[in-house]
Amino acid sequence: MNNEQVIIFDAVSKSYPLYHHITGGFKNFLFHFPRAVSQMKNHQYEALHEISFQVCRGETFGIIGKNGAGKSTALGLIAGVLKPSKGTISVKGRVSALLELGSGFNAELTGRENIVLNGVLLGLTRVEVMHKMEEIIEFSGLGQFIDQPLRTYSTGMMMRLGFSVVSSLDPEILLIDEVFAVGDMEFQKKCMDKLESFKKGGVTIVYVSHGMQTILQTCDRVIWIENHRVRMIGSAQEVVSSYVDAGL
Amino acid sequence: MRSFDNYRDLITVLTHKEMKVRYKSSVFGYCWSVANPLAFAFVYYIAFKIIMKIQMEDYTLFLIAGLFPWQWFGTSVVSAPMIFLANSSIIKKVNFPRNIIPLTTVLQDMIHFLLSIPVIIGFLFIYHRTPSLSWLYGIPLLLLIQLIMTYGAALLVSSINLFFRDFERLISILITLVFYCTPIIYPETMVPEQLRALIYCNPLSPLIVSWRNLFIHGTLDPAALAMGFAYSLVFLAAGHLIYRKLSWKFAEVL
Ligand SMILES: Nc1ncnc2c1ncn2[C@@H]1O[C@H](COP(=O)(O)OP(=O)(O)O)[C@@H](O)[C@H]1O
Ligand SMILES: [Mg+2]
Repeated sequence: MNNEQVIIFDAVSKSYPLYHHITGGFKNFLFHFPRAVSQMKNHQYEALHEISFQVCRGETFGIIGKNGAGKSTALGLIAGVLKPSKGTISVKGRVSALLELGSGFNAELTGRENIVLNGVLLGLTRVEVMHKMEEIIEFSGLGQFIDQPLRTYSTGMMMRLGFSVVSSLDPEILLIDEVFAVGDMEFQKKCMDKLESFKKGGVTIVYVSHGMQTILQTCDRVIWIENHRVRMIGSAQEVVSSYVDAGL
Repeated sequence: MRSFDNYRDLITVLTHKEMKVRYKSSVFGYCWSVANPLAFAFVYYIAFKIIMKIQMEDYTLFLIAGLFPWQWFGTSVVSAPMIFLANSSIIKKVNFPRNIIPLTTVLQDMIHFLLSIPVIIGFLFIYHRTPSLSWLYGIPLLLLIQLIMTYGAALLVSSINLFFRDFERLISILITLVFYCTPIIYPETMVPEQLRALIYCNPLSPLIVSWRNLFIHGTLDPAALAMGFAYSLVFLAAGHLIYRKLSWKFAEVL
């Protein structure tokens, strides 16, 4: 592992305005204009507060914390779909994300069509995706279901497809948000093996999970986020044992 | 950074997906885009020609030549509010230029419009007319103007609707109003002299009138063309301004 930093968070804060005042509608907004504007300014929910960390190329970096701590927000910021409210983020390399189940997929399209959709969204050309198609289908183990629309898939099957796509398309930075739990034992094992081979291949992985065992097995370093702040950063061993000791 | 090839494939794949999701199959989508304006043409023909006895020759042809291009604009703008909502799962996952999504919707409706031109030609023949050579440059020019205008409008509407979810209702009322303010079911010459300038305050008027004159008479008025182009740039600028202001918040509100 060399020491080039590919993900740098520098005092990053992320606030969500409580948009429901606005999504309440245009009519609502116009009729309560002054209040709506002041609410927009003042009612902010801070999901992350001055978070700083760095991830080096080839490193596997774990994020742990309670539900609502801000883990998915952190991944969204790395993926570039969210913008920080304060602080700076720098990410070098193509990001492939395995976020919430079914994200990036369309329920009406078949598995095969979704693979193409995901591939081009991740920055590949259609021809490049076609070259990988058989490999992806093979890895997913979905067999004939690959030509069924996604709405007929179980959550586990969706996860299979999602992981097969991101893992076959040469990721440089891989983001994984607590999705493995829905796969069966056999496929979980397959995923872990794949992650292992990515680690050897120098892929940077950011891994969110509640499974402390897998965090210990796969991660080099771990960040523990609590109350939207960094509680601890350090080696996986260190952080996980404090986390477990804290009784969480 | 995305390559040009990736952009091209992104647009084709998303356009194809849009077609499949909206109409289940491309044949059905095409039938819809032809049947809808034909049905309206039929209704207006009954109402205005048969019942109100409007004094116009070839009224059916007149209706069709205006309703088809309108169908493109109308369908795109009316479906615009749902565009980003329907694609929330990809917007929340990948960072890609989101304005491609409204672009694909508009392109898809444009393809349907292009495919419906043979129907217009069919009606030309029924009325003993023929397509004109001027279509060769006229159609691409008007296509470009309408593409820019429709894309700008769709971008504007789809972005705003994420933040005001009832914007959709406003749009469907507005689009009906615009329809009746555009000389589609009546010729602009029927509008009283004093009000005629007002008709051209409607951005759709010069465009639709140009399409109709091109289809029926093979003529293209440079002044109308320039006016339509100017309006389309206004839409594009407004759409992009709003989109740029709001797009980084899309993933938060979906
Ligand atoms: N789009 C959003 N709008 C408003 N609040 C949000 C949004 N997304 C997440 N939050 C809030 O931010 C906090 C952190 O969320 P998240 O990052 O999803 O937590 P985690 O993944 O650690 O469970 C939560 O309290 C959640 O309610
Ligand atoms: Mg989460």
